Amino acid sequence: MIEPGGGVAGELVVAEPGPGRRSRWRWRAGISGAVLAFLYLTAAAAPWVALYPPNRQHRDAPNAPPMRLHVNPPARWASESVLYVHPQRLVDSLRRRYEVDRSARIPLRFGARGHLLAPVDPDARVLLVGSDALGRDLYSRLVYGARVSLAVGLVGVAISTVVGMTVGVVAGYSGGWTDNLLMRVCEIMMALPAFYFLLALSAVIPPGLSPAETFLLIVALMSFIRWAGFARVVRGIVAGIRELEYVQAARALGASTPRILLRHVVPAASGYAIVASTLAIPGFILGESALSLLGLGIQEPSTSWGSLLSDAQNLTNLDRYPWILAPGVLIAVTTMAFNFLGDQIRDRLDPRATAER
Amino acid sequence: MSGAAGTAFDAGTRGAAASERADERSAGAAGDPLLDVRDLAVAFETPRGTVRAVDGVSFAIARGATLGLVGESGSGKSVTSLAILRLLDESARILRGEVWLEGRNLLELPESELREVRGGRIAMIFQEPSTSLDPVFTVGSQIVEAIRLHRPVGRRAAWAEAVEALRMVEIPDPERRVRSYPHELSGGMKQRVMIAIALSCRPALLIADEPTTALDVTIQAQVLALLRDLKQRLGMSMMLITHDLGVVANEADEVAILYAGRIVERAPVRELFRAPAHPYTAALLQSLPRLRERRSRLVAIPGVVPDPARLPSGCRFRDRCPIARERCAAEDPVLRPIAADRLVACHFPAVEPAPGAPARLEDAR
Repeated sequence: MIEPGGGVAGELVVAEPGPGRRSRWRWRAGISGAVLAFLYLTAAAAPWVALYPPNRQHRDAPNAPPMRLHVNPPARWASESVLYVHPQRLVDSLRRRYEVDRSARIPLRFGARGHLLAPVDPDARVLLVGSDALGRDLYSRLVYGARVSLAVGLVGVAISTVVGMTVGVVAGYSGGWTDNLLMRVCEIMMALPAFYFLLALSAVIPPGLSPAETFLLIVALMSFIRWAGFARVVRGIVAGIRELEYVQAARALGASTPRILLRHVVPAASGYAIVASTLAIPGFILGESALSLLGLGIQEPSTSWGSLLSDAQNLTNLDRYPWILAPGVLIAVTTMAFNFLGDQIRDRLDPRATAER
Repeated sequence: MSGAAGTAFDAGTRGAAASERADERSAGAAGDPLLDVRDLAVAFETPRGTVRAVDGVSFAIARGATLGLVGESGSGKSVTSLAILRLLDESARILRGEVWLEGRNLLELPESELREVRGGRIAMIFQEPSTSLDPVFTVGSQIVEAIRLHRPVGRRAAWAEAVEALRMVEIPDPERRVRSYPHELSGGMKQRVMIAIALSCRPALLIADEPTTALDVTIQAQVLALLRDLKQRLGMSMMLITHDLGVVANEADEVAILYAGRIVERAPVRELFRAPAHPYTAALLQSLPRLRERRSRLVAIPGVVPDPARLPSGCRFRDRCPIARERCAAEDPVLRPIAADRLVACHFPAVEPAPGAPARLEDAR
């Protein structure tokens, strides 16, 4: 018998994956987790992190470039501030040319005026990631937009996982015509050209809805399309588990069907469910971005990363104001982080690796 | 134990004949069997038609006794055991029969009452201990689950019982093992855990479906010894399903030999080994390897078990039978008594019916 965590175990384990590979994956997942935690906390604390309300227009600063953050020498930290920016002034309103005034400084303080990092002077204008054509602070809009974009992933996955899991477990366990019927429905769902279907559906979203309602509708629409693939895999797993002797043993012990499903079948399928749903989150974020990019998702004046990115569709804009790609960077970072995390969870959930932990 | 049966009987949902039988039972006569299977027949719907996997099987198990159910693969051993607790797939249909346990016919019991019987009165252990335990829970939590399914025991008390259950099946260091996951245990250990789970609600009958087939020979002997010991200590009856006559010789009181879905011979274990009456039983005993004799080859029974979808006419064993005659093809032999406690389904049994033995099975009852 191998003792878990005992001295003998280490010598007996032959097929251990190389330590290099394992640890590399571990730190990648660690960083991903940290990045995601940071992004979600930011979104949750948006009014505190953002400098301005998302729709505040700085009329005299359209398409302003990002301001560079400067660090004061430590001697001045106490008297002035740690960080400061130089103010910038619009000199050519036609070409949107700005001039940085290096003689002046706008000091930034942590915790100033009830924000994470803000200028001490309430009238000072600080545009850390630049502004859009209406002079709205891109940094603040990114922070508020994160709320929609990040929530889409979680809510969407929650809906499609619950629906997919329920359908999959019922179909896989009951078999027969129930299974047949449910799987044919899944196939019909999967045969639909998803994106065009989504476009058609979102086109009929009534215009009078509040931003929150629109958001929920979009998430529901995306989940509506995505549960099917999930349900099919779960059904396959469950159909396999159903034949295992421990399910039969549980029945022989007098366990009821709901009990067997919840206690013995769902846990066995949950490894796949956790991994699949982690890996499905980016799909929802990207899906929302794509819809919003095409103007069918979150509508102005509400904001999301996708709708912010729609400004970058215009090549001239992109060429002249490259900072409007910032939401794209955030989408990419979030997507990658979820993928790395999902991979790591998949490795960790392998029950045979339990003793090593 | 019989109190529970009596209460169920008082609820009175059965016909008069059944009540009569239940009355006899609760009276608790000495020869009164715990389990009485009568004329059980199970069919499977397959693409090639209906296949009768079990075709009219009858046997009884007395309190505290062990019945060995012996047969080749596909003879219907496991189907019989699963049918008793109605654990068969949807593709299977129970065509007819009765399964009486403590005054109740299990085949007519509503699902909710049947769940009380499963694990509570009749427990099962399976051939493959590795797959019979849920890999995602500790063995302790699985024993706790089994206990709490049938008895109103608190979580802490159940956990303490789980430790005791592991001690009972002679697992060393039960306090630590109770927290182990199935993959941390050896095959023999896992089968001991399965036994602990099965016995956690003190069933009256344990159905052991090839409990040692997946284990090493040395572990087999230990597990069988453990089962024998526990059976005596807890006063259980046992139904031991196996294809190993050696196991049967040591463990069983009575043996039923199954062939192609029918019992071909039923006898006390000593009688059966001393003088097998059915040619199939004789052939099985012939094919056992013997230590004392010098033989270069093992004796095998020629031919294979008939396809249950295309059974031969008359006796099902006649294709492989060394003494088959015309009558065997024309007439299907019925299970009939040849001595006080022996039954055989053969026109030409090796043991002649004793004078005065009843001519029909019904008279023997």
